[in-house]
Amino acid sequence: MTRLPQIAMLSDGRRLHLQDGPIDLIIEARGPAHDVQVAYEAAARRLTGLLDELCAELPELRAAARERTSLRSVVARRMHAAVAPYASDCFITPMAAVAGSVAEEILGAMLDAASLDRVYVNNGGDIALHLGRGEHFSVGLIDRPDGDGVMRTLRVDANDPIRGIATSGRHGRSFSLGIADAVTVLAATASRADAAATIIANAVDLPGHPGIIRQPANELQPDSDLGSRLVTRNVSQLSRKDIAAALESGAECARQLFDRGLIEGAVLRLCGDMIVVGTKDIREQRSRPLALENAVGA
Amino acid sequence: MVMETTSAATDKIRCDACPVMCYIKPGAAGACDRYANHDGKLVRVDPHVILERTVSHGGKLVPFSRTEDWDGKIVHEPSTFVTAIGAGTTYPDYKPAPFIVSAEVDGVDMVTVVTEGIFSYCGIKVKIDTDRYLGPETATVRAQGEAVGHVTTSEYGSQMLSLGGVHHLTGGSKKEGRVTCDTLMDLANCKAVELTIDGGATVVVQAGRPPVVNGVKEERMRVGCGSATIGMFAKQWQGKVDEVVVVDDHITGVLSEHQAGKLLDIPDSGIKMKGRRSTPGRYFQVADPGTGWGGTNISDPLAILGPFDAKEAKPGLTMLMVSTTGEHSSYYVLDEALKPVETEMPADLKFSVERIQENCEPALCTVLFMAGAGGSLRAGVTDNPVRLTRSVKDALTRVTSGGAPVYVWPGGGITYMVDVTQMPSGAFGYVPTPALVAPIEFTMKLSDYAALGGHMDYVKPLSEVQNGDDVRQLPWQNPIPGPRP
Repeated sequence: MTRLPQIAMLSDGRRLHLQDGPIDLIIEARGPAHDVQVAYEAAARRLTGLLDELCAELPELRAAARERTSLRSVVARRMHAAVAPYASDCFITPMAAVAGSVAEEILGAMLDAASLDRVYVNNGGDIALHLGRGEHFSVGLIDRPDGDGVMRTLRVDANDPIRGIATSGRHGRSFSLGIADAVTVLAATASRADAAATIIANAVDLPGHPGIIRQPANELQPDSDLGSRLVTRNVSQLSRKDIAAALESGAECARQLFDRGLIEGAVLRLCGDMIVVGTKDIREQRSRPLALENAVGA
Repeated sequence: MVMETTSAATDKIRCDACPVMCYIKPGAAGACDRYANHDGKLVRVDPHVILERTVSHGGKLVPFSRTEDWDGKIVHEPSTFVTAIGAGTTYPDYKPAPFIVSAEVDGVDMVTVVTEGIFSYCGIKVKIDTDRYLGPETATVRAQGEAVGHVTTSEYGSQMLSLGGVHHLTGGSKKEGRVTCDTLMDLANCKAVELTIDGGATVVVQAGRPPVVNGVKEERMRVGCGSATIGMFAKQWQGKVDEVVVVDDHITGVLSEHQAGKLLDIPDSGIKMKGRRSTPGRYFQVADPGTGWGGTNISDPLAILGPFDAKEAKPGLTMLMVSTTGEHSSYYVLDEALKPVETEMPADLKFSVERIQENCEPALCTVLFMAGAGGSLRAGVTDNPVRLTRSVKDALTRVTSGGAPVYVWPGGGITYMVDVTQMPSGAFGYVPTPALVAPIEFTMKLSDYAALGGHMDYVKPLSEVQNGDDVRQLPWQNPIPGPRP
């Protein structure tokens, strides 16, 4: 008997929650009611057994990606394709794109089954989007609840080349080799965004800085795909110069990926400072450090 | 290194909850964050509740049962909530993602605004379950010699301290501010802190643990005041002893005079109490406060008695004296001269003393963090933050602190209290101002968020905000790392 994922509607009655092992999806589709229902059923059906497909090829997915691959399943091959552009320059495994690739797969299954106006599949922060003609998503970047000055929004329109958003950083569920609090990437697909976010977050770093505590990944998770590579555990108070240097290092990486056409934009955050790299729309809101007012205004 | 790895390997377990088959170290969770290794056993943890925390507070760990199968049915999601320490996010966005995809105005996506508030207007209320005298009301409470707060109004069976606040954090010397900040942070992070009270006791306070007063660990809360104890146990004493005195710093009770004794027709014993008589059988101020019997300063309970009245008292009359916690007790028989002589306590009276002990709850220190998040965030904001306040008051916006439920005070601002033991460990940090950094999450519907200020599509350039003279820039505090990345 095939193990079924956990399938539930969230309390708003509109969003679908699917979970199987480490895969955790929040999905919302908009369109004719019948199509939404059919699409949700298709999502649940596609997720059933998907984890087993991936696990069947887990050893290779956890190994450093090479140019060519013998991976077979469609999601595994998508993971590989997403990380392949980086394989010659650095260590990366297809696992760096697992969340985005799964989101993309589920989105694809939904779109094959039904006609929908607008869909997002959010796999723990790695998000695959569908936008029908004339549709758009409002993407909000919010740091503080009560200050409009520190919030940005970005509109993703149907004619933008963006269908994937992913975030990586040292606070997430996966380990990071860098020190970024969060790097959010916009890209053509969720799997590409996922891989690029990992790469850029790793590049936000201050090699050799004494305030950064690192530990071999496999001491923390014995079967981590990162092996004995040092992952960031803690970052002490950094000087503004350090923060700027680390962010710049990440931003330079992001600019290169942008120039290579691998991403459409990125927002890098470290210790309250932020750098934005990307398309005209995002660049209009240039890099500005965030203000955090002291509670007593001292 | 090799040795270490080998020995550690024996404790690792292979999770078979899903085909990923994670190899999990003790104290760690698998890739899903749902199954964890607790002392070599595979357990299911609520999503993203930090394992160490869960274990240390003894709850919410459900052993993984291999027989449980998903029925695959579409059911309503149980209300789980993901903590947000270190600028994480809350349900349903499991990963720190500053970008949240949101449907537009008609959308019902939850927008979760995660921030780590910097609070100078914050403090800690400590409830210490003890009747022992800790110090006079309003007395200064010190840590490392610095004033960090004061003794405030006592509560039933408990002494209360009010610590921190803007006065101690920023109003005094630099050292006072630093020590206050450290004290608050340690208490909030469930660490033990030694406090001394001017004209009173030294007490070691740790959230969720018994207080240690002058080096003595408090075991239990009193069952009630002396009078209440008489009321509760009168029937059990009837026919077994002629007189009972329940010694209490607040109200000492005397069985034969008490209403409860009268109802049971317990005859007068000729006892004469010191202290100020209130209603029958209830005495105030039988002694000074202290750390002896029933929160008084006495070690010999007979010190609170005058000579027995020869008209009523008879030789051979028996008397039990007991404190409100049952911790102290003695049994007396009047001799020919009507003087109480301590004697071995009969078994059935010992039983009643044990019953008092049993009815006392364990004495604990409880620590509530309290802070105001309302008007404190005015960084050049042109829009009025009162809308957020109203939204909270109207229960449209849910406030949590590190995922823990909070009590929001009525009235102005968003002043909230949270039980620190409900929060994940290491939830609190500080900035050198000094001020505390605490997680606070506002969760609301997107449409409600838009209604708060209606600027989902409007962004005010931050540069305008930054250049204001009244704005002080602080680096975003490094998020406090949890036990797991």
